[in-house]
Amino acid sequence: MTGAGDVRAPYAGLDGWMRDMPAELREMKQHEAEALFRRIGITFAVYGEGGDPDRLIPFDMFPRVFSGEEWRRLERGIKQRARALNMFLTDVYGRGEIIKAGRIPARLVYQNAAYEKAVVGFKPPRNVYSHIVGIDLVRTGPDEFFVLEDNCRTPSGVSYMLENREIMMRMFPQLFQKNRIAPVDGYARLLKRTLASVAPEKCESEPCVVILTPGHFNSAYYEHSFLADQMGVELVEGQDLFVDGDFCWMKTTQGPKKVDVIYRRIDDAYLDPLCFKPDSMLGVPGLMNIYRSGGVTIASAPGAGVADDKAVYTYVPEMVRFYLGEEPILNNVPTWQCAKTDDCKYVLEHLAELVVKEVHGSGGYGMLVGPASSASQIEAFRAKITENPDNYIAQPTLALSTCPTFVDSGVAPRHVDLRPYCLVGEDINLVPGGLTRVALTEGSLVVNSSQGGGVKDTWVLME
Amino acid sequence: MLSRTAENLYWIGRMIERAETGARLLEVGARNALIPGVGGGYRNEWDAVLAAAGTADEFEAKYGDPVQRNVESHMFFDEDNPNSVVSCLSRARENGRIVRTALTGQVWDGLNMAFQELREMQRTERSQQPLADLVEWTMRITAQLRGAIGSAQLRNDGYRFMQIGLDIERADSTARMLDVKYYVLLPEVSYVGSGLDNYQWTTLLRAMSSYRAFSWAYGGEITARKIADFLILNRQSPRSLLTCVASASEHLDALKRGPGGRTEAQKQVGNLLAELAEADVTDIFEEGLHEFLTRFTKEIRILSGAIHGSYLTGRAA
Repeated sequence: MTGAGDVRAPYAGLDGWMRDMPAELREMKQHEAEALFRRIGITFAVYGEGGDPDRLIPFDMFPRVFSGEEWRRLERGIKQRARALNMFLTDVYGRGEIIKAGRIPARLVYQNAAYEKAVVGFKPPRNVYSHIVGIDLVRTGPDEFFVLEDNCRTPSGVSYMLENREIMMRMFPQLFQKNRIAPVDGYARLLKRTLASVAPEKCESEPCVVILTPGHFNSAYYEHSFLADQMGVELVEGQDLFVDGDFCWMKTTQGPKKVDVIYRRIDDAYLDPLCFKPDSMLGVPGLMNIYRSGGVTIASAPGAGVADDKAVYTYVPEMVRFYLGEEPILNNVPTWQCAKTDDCKYVLEHLAELVVKEVHGSGGYGMLVGPASSASQIEAFRAKITENPDNYIAQPTLALSTCPTFVDSGVAPRHVDLRPYCLVGEDINLVPGGLTRVALTEGSLVVNSSQGGGVKDTWVLME
Repeated sequence: MLSRTAENLYWIGRMIERAETGARLLEVGARNALIPGVGGGYRNEWDAVLAAAGTADEFEAKYGDPVQRNVESHMFFDEDNPNSVVSCLSRARENGRIVRTALTGQVWDGLNMAFQELREMQRTERSQQPLADLVEWTMRITAQLRGAIGSAQLRNDGYRFMQIGLDIERADSTARMLDVKYYVLLPEVSYVGSGLDNYQWTTLLRAMSSYRAFSWAYGGEITARKIADFLILNRQSPRSLLTCVASASEHLDALKRGPGGRTEAQKQVGNLLAELAEADVTDIFEEGLHEFLTRFTKEIRILSGAIHGSYLTGRAA
């Protein structure tokens, strides 16, 4: 919405729909949507926030809309960033040019907990480390987007993008007849093609792709099984795979079958008990050995996490300039690192204006939203920062854009963010859409589902 | 298909059938409890039911004396009892969730709704849920599930593994029910052929939804030999051991082959089928019905193990 409370142009097609919908119909549709979600069984917490496995995330029926032009710019920016992040990963596990050039401190990379020494010197197929890059964005003005964070490992939530759309199409077909909305249902096909394109060179036939899940107790299990189904590939657990000779095999009713590409939804540390955590029951003993000898591709590549650390984040614009020789299209949010003495001093002086986050925190916990906090909350945080400055970063509170959202009293503006999913293989692709999360509480900036956040369908209009 | 997926589907089949067996046994117990007692000192009809379900020891440890309400709790609601109706249907649903994509929407809906309804029943006052309702509910749900599997699932290996699970469990269940009637229910050998004996056989047939089918097929007096023939060797009877084994054999033969040729499971089911196809009810009574049934349940266990080894470990081939 614009500052004056008017609805922006891309939303014009929704204006009548919203006004013509009586409150009773709206309530009925809302119940219908919830029943559909529950029936599908899509009840997981986004971003691994845990909690009740049968909990539904609130679904707001009011879609978020981008014009084609807005989207094209975003798309260019996201692809640029995904490319730079992958080049950075190839570089830091290789010759480390960016470090030699003094553009990023060596300590930040080589002493990072996510820097994986086991893969130093190994080049994955097509030099892709992060095959699915989820970039979290917020908007602050018509042409101004800021990246909040990059997710280079295994960003979740894409099943919401797809199911939100399915449910909207089922409930409001007339909207889709009236507006030209770019489809997102090609995502699974695109993901499969992307993964097949990074099969090891040793693979001589149609690559066998599988999804590796920690199991059905995982909060994102629904998404794992949904994607496997949509892609037409097997959903495996560690116990279904074994290593024999130079390859990885899965146990089938017809005997062992060779696996070429593993889209894993488990963390590095659990992949191979022989290489990482020896007590991991989720992984496959010996997997890293055959990975390094080119017997199987793991997506995302072990070690990709070093690029999405909150401290490395600060240097992503620098990566874009260094590797691509371009100016970044998407901005970073200015960030003060409390580990630096000057930054820390500034943060402590301006706590009431800033958002302070833990470096490794997630889920909207352990953070301070200065303008929305009481004096005592601020003082409590001041003590924490002083005690362990390395653990904190701070960012200004942005004037986040809002999106019309159904609330009890009708329609009102609520803050939103956006996570598009960029696929990197032989090509770089982005389906026109993403996951929009919305802070359902008035004035709130926290969109996490554990803190009263919901989700919306995200439209890109075709002109 | 992935061995673990096949295993989950196989156990969905077994759990559906096992839940139904539990309900059928409860019905046997309830009907038998309605006839006048035959004197003190004998094991009561609920003992027999618990013995047939193979859960007598667990029951005694937890509840002590077998009174109807406790048997109902144990065999229907008790989550500590892995073979209670609640446990079986919850596990079937959990397995369904794991292999959600291998099931059609209808089968999943069936499993999921059964589970939601069970939760509701667990919250409802027990006095409002007479045993007859619980039994009827279970039979309806399992029939719906079998119907959904039969009418909506693709006839692929996944479907076959569910069917094999249903067949194996049903064979096991028929053998147990038959055995418990013959071995446990009557207080003394002298009661064989008595009115009580007949009453119990009738109840058994009813519990297997076979009373009228039996009458059509055999007519006249109910005798142990006729019943044994009906429940063991009759190809028309949907629950007979021969029918179950023949069906399991057919489904096993229809599975995609690995490079290893005939599997252990196929050999085992083939032997069992050959024996049953040639058997005569006289042979069975010569061996002794109880001895025969004990041996048969053991063979079924071996078959189940062979299925596991041949298909569900994924290393064979």
